[in-house]
Amino acid sequence: MLVIAIETSTPHSTVALGNEQGIIGSTMLSRGRANHEVVVPAINHLLQWAEVRPSSLGGIAVGLGPGLFTGMRVGIATGKTLAQALGVPIVGLASLDVLAFSARYCRRLICAAIDAKRGELFSALYRPVPGGVARQTPFEAAKPAHLTAELESRPEDILVVGTGALVYRRELEEAGNHVEFASPAWAYPAATSLVELAIPRLLREDYDRLYDLQPHYLRKSDAEIAWDKRRRTG
Amino acid sequence: MRVLGIETSCDETAIAVVEDGRAVLSNTIASQVHLHERFGGVVPEVASRAHLENFNPLLELSLKEAGMTLGEIDGVAVTVGPGLVGALLVGIAAGKSLALALDLPFIGVNHLEGHIFANVLESGPIEEPYVAFLVSGGHTMLVHVPQAHAYEILGQTLDDAAGEAFDKVARFLGLGFPGGPALDELARKGDPNAVRFPRAVTQRRFDFSLSGLKTAVVRHVKAERATGRETPVQDLAASFQEAVVEVQVEKTISAAREMGVHTVALGGGVVANSRLRRLLAERAASEGLRLLVPSPELCTDNGAMIACAGHFRLMRGERTLLDVGASPGLALN
Repeated sequence: MLVIAIETSTPHSTVALGNEQGIIGSTMLSRGRANHEVVVPAINHLLQWAEVRPSSLGGIAVGLGPGLFTGMRVGIATGKTLAQALGVPIVGLASLDVLAFSARYCRRLICAAIDAKRGELFSALYRPVPGGVARQTPFEAAKPAHLTAELESRPEDILVVGTGALVYRRELEEAGNHVEFASPAWAYPAATSLVELAIPRLLREDYDRLYDLQPHYLRKSDAEIAWDKRRRTG
Repeated sequence: MRVLGIETSCDETAIAVVEDGRAVLSNTIASQVHLHERFGGVVPEVASRAHLENFNPLLELSLKEAGMTLGEIDGVAVTVGPGLVGALLVGIAAGKSLALALDLPFIGVNHLEGHIFANVLESGPIEEPYVAFLVSGGHTMLVHVPQAHAYEILGQTLDDAAGEAFDKVARFLGLGFPGGPALDELARKGDPNAVRFPRAVTQRRFDFSLSGLKTAVVRHVKAERATGRETPVQDLAASFQEAVVEVQVEKTISAAREMGVHTVALGGGVVANSRLRRLLAERAASEGLRLLVPSPELCTDNGAMIACAGHFRLMRGERTLLDVGASPGLALN
C-alpha cells in the first residue's frame, strides 16, 4: 500500500512516500517557503520521481499537531483534500506521538516537546514499548518552568526531543542531570515516522473519519482567551 | 469547461461549480458570522479554524448540488489574495491538492477581480473599457478597466472601507454585528436629511475617506446627549448612510465620465445596500450609463465569482504553479 505522509506542524515541513517495505522517498525543508507553499509541490515531485501516479496511492497520513497553527492547517487541509479527491482513507496522528516514536530505541523515558511560541511548550511523556512508544501523560501546553518541575519530579533517565527542547534547553536543564537532550537532527516530527505509524493502522482499516479530522490546537485563539478573561473579571 | 471556485479570504468558506464562466451549477457557502459576532469583527484565527472544519464537507455539498463528481471538473480556481493570510492558505492548500490529485489546470485568482466577474455570471462578458466600483468590508475602490484583465486603480479608501465604517457606526448605535444590513434596514425608516454630516474631501479626486464621518456621528450623538436632545436613531442611520452613499455615487459617476466609458460595474458586499443601489441606478440612468449590479448573493464573497474569473484566465492559457502562496496584500493590476 502506497502512502503519502504530511507533517507540517513545526517549522520543519516534511513529506514522505512509503509502503509496507519502508520509505520510498522524503523531503524536508525548514526555511523560506517551508510550510505554506511547497507542501503540494513536494508531494508532486516525490510522486513524479518515484513514478507513482496519485491514483495509485492507497492512503494518506497527516500530522495533527500540536504545533504551529497555520502550518498544521496547511498540512491537514492538503491531506484531507487529497484523500477526498482520491477516495482513499486517511489517518491522523499527533505530532508529539510521531516525534517520540523516532526516539523509541533509547530505552528510557521520552519527553517530546514542541515549541508552542508565546513562551510555552506542547509536551507529553512516553515510554518505549516493543514496536513503538506508549504515551504516559496527556498533551499539555505549559510554560517551560512547569515542564522542568515535571521532569525534576521523575527520578529516572529522560531523553527530551523536539524543537521545544532546543528553544528551552537552559530552563529544562534545571531539572537535573538525569535529563539528556536529543540532537537537532531529531528535533522535528518526521513524515517518515508518520508513514511507519500510519501503515499498520491503514492495513487494519483503523481509519479516521475525514470530516472529523481536526488539529490538536490545545490553545484557543487570542481573541477567545481575551474574551474569557474579560468575562471572568466582569 | 466546468471550473470549481474556492474562496476562503475572509469569514466565508465558499465553493462553487461554474460552467463556461456563466452557468452557476452550485454556489455553496458556510458562513461564520455567528462565530465572530461576539467579537464585533472577524477574528483571523477563528476564521482559519472554521475554514479547515468547513472545507471538505462543503466540497461534497457543492458537488452534490451541481449534480456531479470531482471527475467531471475541468479546472480549479482559488482566491490567492487579498485577504487574511491564514484563511487564504486553507483554501489554497485544498485547491492545490485537488489540482494535483485530479491532474487539473490550476489558477490563482485575485479576490477583487472575482467581485468584478460576479457581473459576468449574470450579464455575460463586460465590454471594455468600463469602470468598476468595488465596495465591501475590506475595500472601497474605483477601478478603470481599459481591456480584459487589466486594471488601473483610480482611487481607494485612505482609511476605513465602507463596510467597516458601516459596522463601526452600527455598533456605536447599538445595532450589533455585522451592522451593514441592520443599518440599511433602519435607515429606510429614517430621514436622510435630519443631520447634515460632512462629505469628506480627499486630495486625489477618486479616493475615499470615512474616518472623519464616523467621528462626526459619534461627536454629534455625544453633543446632543449633553444637551438632553436626541435625534431618533433611524434618522442618524439614514443621515450617515446618505453621507457615505452620496460621495460614492458622485465619485463613481465622475470617474465614468472622466474615463469616457459607457459601463459601470459594481461589486462587493456593500453593493447589497439598498440606498447605494437606488441612487446609483438613478444617476447612471440620467447619465446614460449602463450599470451592472450583481444580485445580492453574488455581491458578498462567493466561490462562483472566483470560478468565473478563473475560467476566463484559464481560457487565455494562464496557469498558476502549485508552489503559489497566499498574497494577503495582493493588488489589482
